[in-house]
Amino acid sequence: MKDSGDYQPYSYFQLMEVSLRELLVEKGIVTEAQVASAVEDIRNITPERGARVVAKAWVDKDFRTRLLKDGTSACEELGLDIPALKLVVVENTAAVHNMIVCTLCSCYPRMLLGMPPEWYKSRNYRSRAVREPRAVLSEFGLHLNEKTIIRVHDSTADMRYLVLPMRPASTADWGEDQLASIVTRDCMIGVATPRAPRAVKPS
Amino acid sequence: MSARFKPGDRVRVRKAYPLGHIRTPFYIRGHGGVVERLCGAFGNPEELAQMRSGEPKQPLYRVRFLQTDVWPAYRGNPGDVLEIEIFQHWLE
Repeated sequence: MKDSGDYQPYSYFQLMEVSLRELLVEKGIVTEAQVASAVEDIRNITPERGARVVAKAWVDKDFRTRLLKDGTSACEELGLDIPALKLVVVENTAAVHNMIVCTLCSCYPRMLLGMPPEWYKSRNYRSRAVREPRAVLSEFGLHLNEKTIIRVHDSTADMRYLVLPMRPASTADWGEDQLASIVTRDCMIGVATPRAPRAVKPS
Repeated sequence: MSARFKPGDRVRVRKAYPLGHIRTPFYIRGHGGVVERLCGAFGNPEELAQMRSGEPKQPLYRVRFLQTDVWPAYRGNPGDVLEIEIFQHWLE
């Protein structure tokens, strides 16, 4: 998008945010520095955290079992603190594909994936993912076999969801770090699948 | 509050339209499904939204619905499902 530098008045919610923040600072409840550092902490969480969890589950069968049984405590094993979050990990298989949505707002496993993308919060995705998931997935470029069963998870309450994608067959000899590098945010929401770059032949 | 349902039980979502902060989506009210798991007990969001305690905690379930039951015109694999978290007081 071209930035024309035009002056734009604050939107309703931007104005609310500025007003509330300035009031809190004026009253000495928080400092500007505390607000900035809290925002920085939020920004520092990236989908790499989730990718680490997925890669670990791909190489460690017992961890995978624990992760599917109780996502929260399995993540704690990796030193990932996910407070107030009950994590449900759903596993893609050759027969079943999972995708995540929050039709009521934008519930998202922020502690593992960071901030949700704009489209995840859009009315379009939220209303259509639950009634025509196949059409939505094909718009993301993911064309599933007709025989694949799609499970759509609507995070309406206290659970948060992470998709455990299938490990590409060509990655059999890969280590954990390399595996994590192909696990993208969209794979863990279930609107994409990991793709291994074509093997480079050693010269 | 104790859990009335167990995984595998057939349940129906109440078809009701009270005002307030309701975490049961409109589109699923009145539909039948099967309990996939009990998630635990959590503060009732309808109470919490009114700045009340949310007690007693309500059992929360993940309920699985067949897409073809929810959307009569659904096209796709007849095995496609929706899984939604629903509080016990919304199930019958």
